[in-house]
Amino acid sequence: MSDRMAKPSADTAWRADPSGPRPRTGGPGPEAGGPDPDTSGSGPDTSGSGPDTGGSGPDAVALYRAMRLIRRFEERCVELVKAGEIVGGIHPCTGQEAVAAGVCAALRPDDVITSTHRGHGHVLAKGADLNRMTAELMGRTTGLNKGRGGSMHAADVGLGILGANGIVGAGAPIATGAAWAAVRAGADRVAVSFFGDGAVSQGVVLESLNLASLWRLPVLFVCENNGYSSTVTVEDMVAGTIVGRAAAFGMSAETVDGMDAEAVAAAARRHVDRARAGGGPALLECRTYRFDAHHTWEHRSFVRYRTPEQVKEGRRRDPVRIQGDRIPEGERARVDDEVEAALDTAVRFARDSPEPDPADALDHLYATGLRPRAGVSTHA
Amino acid sequence: MPKLGCLTALTRALGDELERDLDVCVFGEDVRVGVANVTKGLVQRFGPERIVDTPLSEQAFTSFATGAALSGRRPVIEFQIPSLMFLVFEQIANQAHKFSLMTGGQVKVPVTYLVPGSGSRTGWAGQHSDQPYSLFAHVGLKTVVPSGPADAYGLMVSAIRDDDPVVVLTPAASSMTFESVDLASLAPLPLGVGHVARPGTDVTVVAVGQFVGQAVEVAEELADEVSVEVFDPRTVYPFDWQGLAASVQRTGRLVVIDDSNRFCGLGAEVVAVAAEEMRLVAPPRRITRPDGAVLPFALALDRAAQPHRDQLVTAIQQVCKEGR
Ligand SMILES: Cc1ncc(C[n+]2csc(CCOP(=O)(O)OP(=O)(O)O)c2C)c(N)n1
Repeated sequence: MSDRMAKPSADTAWRADPSGPRPRTGGPGPEAGGPDPDTSGSGPDTSGSGPDTGGSGPDAVALYRAMRLIRRFEERCVELVKAGEIVGGIHPCTGQEAVAAGVCAALRPDDVITSTHRGHGHVLAKGADLNRMTAELMGRTTGLNKGRGGSMHAADVGLGILGANGIVGAGAPIATGAAWAAVRAGADRVAVSFFGDGAVSQGVVLESLNLASLWRLPVLFVCENNGYSSTVTVEDMVAGTIVGRAAAFGMSAETVDGMDAEAVAAAARRHVDRARAGGGPALLECRTYRFDAHHTWEHRSFVRYRTPEQVKEGRRRDPVRIQGDRIPEGERARVDDEVEAALDTAVRFARDSPEPDPADALDHLYATGLRPRAGVSTHA
Repeated sequence: MPKLGCLTALTRALGDELERDLDVCVFGEDVRVGVANVTKGLVQRFGPERIVDTPLSEQAFTSFATGAALSGRRPVIEFQIPSLMFLVFEQIANQAHKFSLMTGGQVKVPVTYLVPGSGSRTGWAGQHSDQPYSLFAHVGLKTVVPSGPADAYGLMVSAIRDDDPVVVLTPAASSMTFESVDLASLAPLPLGVGHVARPGTDVTVVAVGQFVGQAVEVAEELADEVSVEVFDPRTVYPFDWQGLAASVQRTGRLVVIDDSNRFCGLGAEVVAVAAEEMRLVAPPRRITRPDGAVLPFALALDRAAQPHRDQLVTAIQQVCKEGR
């Protein structure tokens, strides 16, 4: 096999390319302590048998709860888009729940994340309030961002969620700068930057890998490789391998089964702990699959880039089901009911919340409160 | 009194703010040796943790500063050439500037983007001679263009202390001007407040950056003929409309000289607002670079594409002949 990525057809999309390069920590400067993730022997083939999770312990239930919530949230949101209650549309992350839940399970409340246009899962997994998240997507004053951000900018800075972002790759340097500021402040916070496989072609992401590695910053770059950038396969977009990009900067990297939340959590924990201890950044490639459209608009735009059979095949490995099978049935049913009730409450909360006043459209444009002139001329 | 230059004034502003506030830090290319002269000596005083030489990764370090600002720092980024602002327009206009509104006011992004040699850098041709302040003003970035050393000091200090992102473009053409200044009198100047650089009663000349000094000279030359008031907005955005209205109220006539391209430039905005909201007794005039100009290399061509003081003289004489 060449060093091209494994073709992300449905049944191989999640598998690591065993022939891909396995970069090692390197670059100038002394090696920090801590386990080297590249020699820890874990990878996608050991999925489900991570050393510190697994089985049906409280972690397993928590992971399932997070994933079930994300899955059902996205499904509800698609309905709300179709009903016109969410305007503009969303990029659903169904199928990718294990990445959000697994990575965020490895984080402390004071750690920070930057997210993407497909960011609902990350934002929810990091702990955003469900009611306020729903209200944000529905443009209400009670939303996380007071209805100013919507799906692609949902943020809760108090919880370390520095925002989803509508520009592919844009969060990587922001997370890197936040990591630098944490080190400067003497805090042992870690920053995580989530991005898709399309983002590895953005210069700003590669520049960020260089900065983070050069300065040994506590950043975990999480590439959610769902096999597609919009309609184009990763194979047609990415030369070399995704982890190979990290190798170029002397950064640790690992590919993990992004359909297995426990494998993701275990890998993320290793890298996060190492970064926290001063061991520098890492890149985690999570092989996953997007179950739904790139965007809800796709349902109406009739683009065709994968067949229903391909999608059906891709959906065979369902991360929510994989995790659900690890916990007792009764527990699972209880979580499912809780999630359903919470979502009903959230949708009701959002519907009952006030719409913003048009007169306040440009409130918060400046942190200093500067008021811009109106768009119509006035005569003195 | 000591002579102070624009670049030394900026160094002083940076030094004072680094001293005063531990959150202030400087990023940029070659800032430790200070090739642009502005950051010279700062690393010796404040250490490499706060005066940070970055790789040539403008797009990354511009948003890196946003990330640091979101986490409580007040970064200043020095850019070596003004055209780099086009390269990082996404990071400034589309990220830093939009964060406050998009998060519903959860964050502030106090980053200062400093371009110490902006505008024509004679002999450096097309990609090194831009003066992009109208572009930043258009998207709503706080944008500052000092006209001399004391202003450069006062506006830079305020830019660093401001809780919003601020672009500071100091014109190359005035960076070599020197002023006799009592150093003890250097003080922060508020953003958004212009000043009358020379009082007059017949015509208001709005001048920006290096043209403030030139407009004052022209006013002196024409003093026997016409009384020219020179208004320096200091901050291109937000613009001091009140200050301008007060001046135009006195003079009734308006000429604008600025280093923007004509189309959608600052001059267009000033003339439009004056036409809409102020009482003019003669049609206003503006002197700018041509539409969509790119500065050519040869000296005569470079000059030909920039606003010129002779054009200012003619415009003043014309508006004073017209109207009433
Ligand atoms: C810099 C940039 N280019 C293009 C777009 C339009 N766009 C939005 S999402 C997307 C595909 C992104 O693919 P990927 O990074 O793999 O993430 P995924 O959508 O698969 O989660 C594109 C092209 C954008 N938002 N930003």
